[in-house]
Amino acid sequence: MKKAHWREWAFQVVALMAMVFTIGVLITLIVDVCMDGLLRLNWQFLTSFPSRKPAEAGILAALVGSACMIALTALFALPLGVGAAIYLEEYATKNWLSHIIEVNIANLAGVPSIIYGLLGLEVFVRHMHMGRSLLAGGATMALLVLPMIIISSREAIRAVPPSIREASYALGATRWKTIRHQVLPLALPGILTGTILALSRAIGEAAPLITIGALTYVAFLPDSPLSPFTALPIQIFNWTSRPQKGFLTDAAAGSVVLLIVLLCMNAIAIWLRNRYQRKLY
Amino acid sequence: MFTSFIITYLFLATSLPLPAPLAIDIGLQAKERLKGLVKVDGSSTVYPITEAVGEEFQKKYSGVKVMVGISGTGGGFKKFGNGETDVSDASRPIKPTEVELCQKNGVEYIELPVAYDALTVVINPANNWASTMTVKELKMLWEPEAQGKITRWSQIRQGWPNEEIHLFGAGVDSGTYDYFTEAIVGKEHSSRGDFTASEDDNVLVQGVTTDRLALGFFGLAYYEENKDKLKAVAIDDEKAENGNGPIPPGRETVDNNTYQPLARPIFIYVNKKSAERLEVQKFVEFYMTQGATLASEVGYIPLPANAYKLAWDRFSRRVTGSVFGGKGSQVGVSIETLLSKDK
Repeated sequence: MKKAHWREWAFQVVALMAMVFTIGVLITLIVDVCMDGLLRLNWQFLTSFPSRKPAEAGILAALVGSACMIALTALFALPLGVGAAIYLEEYATKNWLSHIIEVNIANLAGVPSIIYGLLGLEVFVRHMHMGRSLLAGGATMALLVLPMIIISSREAIRAVPPSIREASYALGATRWKTIRHQVLPLALPGILTGTILALSRAIGEAAPLITIGALTYVAFLPDSPLSPFTALPIQIFNWTSRPQKGFLTDAAAGSVVLLIVLLCMNAIAIWLRNRYQRKLY
Repeated sequence: MFTSFIITYLFLATSLPLPAPLAIDIGLQAKERLKGLVKVDGSSTVYPITEAVGEEFQKKYSGVKVMVGISGTGGGFKKFGNGETDVSDASRPIKPTEVELCQKNGVEYIELPVAYDALTVVINPANNWASTMTVKELKMLWEPEAQGKITRWSQIRQGWPNEEIHLFGAGVDSGTYDYFTEAIVGKEHSSRGDFTASEDDNVLVQGVTTDRLALGFFGLAYYEENKDKLKAVAIDDEKAENGNGPIPPGRETVDNNTYQPLARPIFIYVNKKSAERLEVQKFVEFYMTQGATLASEVGYIPLPANAYKLAWDRFSRRVTGSVFGGKGSQVGVSIETLLSKDK
């Protein structure tokens, strides 16, 4: 009896330590970057283009570039990802082929992002002549997030109880009607959460963008999908490699902006999930 | 030397029917209306100058968009040779393989020097022995044969401590590495491999500032910004014509040609076809007139004023090719000499 208690207590402590360690690292990082960058963060920083003078430099082009690129990524990846998930869950017969596809999608989710960058460079930038444009950036990022969107969408669709489908069929609905009116609305919060989390991974990626050759100095806003662009991680990366100390402060401030963007995206994900779940049950 | 250069310049300026400031007259009315896109990519060493020029240029010509990427000198030339960019930033002259690529795709280029950089050999401030080194000693330390053999300070010069030496240097894809190896080892792109290499100079700065036994090299700008944490090694090339004894890096010693062989010119290459476009002409003109001030502001050493005039003249006459013969880095040549020689 006493021994069992002791074990219980020891396990709790180990679990607690694991949590404290993880949160501790995160808090240290956030506090460090905020201490360096928070003072630099002001309206001028958000509304200025890059400059050779650290105090006049700003993040506008990168912020707008990142936002436009992510919008394009969502536009490409969401229909494709959800479509693939619906097919795999609702239509595909379970055989060796669908099994191979499943395994491959799971593998693709673990491929290093720079590989997608190389693919994007060859296919979108060179072959399809998109150049170093927003369109090429969005398409490359869409490839990167597709496996994650497919996996999370499939899980969301699978979580819809079979009884609902059966009830729908029993009332004479076709398969399409069942998916459209029963399965998708119920799976939507899960799909959206998964998608937004995948997109927030994409917005922090620098490697694929550097590979496809997104630019470092851009002092104008994109005016079309074919416009050249820069993005937050690239701008931050460039500032950290400059000799002048002022640019390191700019890099920290840029990181704070990126963190805020990420937090906002995750907040939207949580809000969407809560809102739709309440409606449906 | 100076007079002969003046004569050559006057000769060139008068004997050729094409007037140098060709684009200026057209430019005046077009100033506000000028539109277009100037694509620049290439060396991270030249980037700060091109960024500064781009920034000021766009203040004057708000209709023109200038974009600058960083792919390294080699990466930049690949894009330039494929005709993907208008201007290529380069921290060393173009190499034979890159010349070939340009020829294959029919890209003709105009080579323009924009500033000097002084490659600086740095040590930790706690290192009180190696404040001067000769080129021979550096060669002994960096040549490929040194790998695994020259590992202690005492092996380089008698009397230096019998302790390990830790080497830091520019990444092997950079023009900085190419130039350093050409100047020190005597062969471009050839050195020992057992050193910490990084494309990010701040990583090298960090490495040397935290290690008493370290030795590294990078551009002058990074040394000047970290003067309090680093010590620059004065270099002796043992050639009397370049000044006697060890010479420290700096604006003066680069200007008077004594910081040899580590003072290097850096360049932009302009695609001849792109140079037909007014916005590119204006950009190059701006570079050649404002580049000196801006280069010095971002930590580089401007060329002598005449060199910019000569370079602009070269551009106006659309003189293509490299004065370095397309052979890559060369050591110890003054820019004025080279610019005034060409036809």
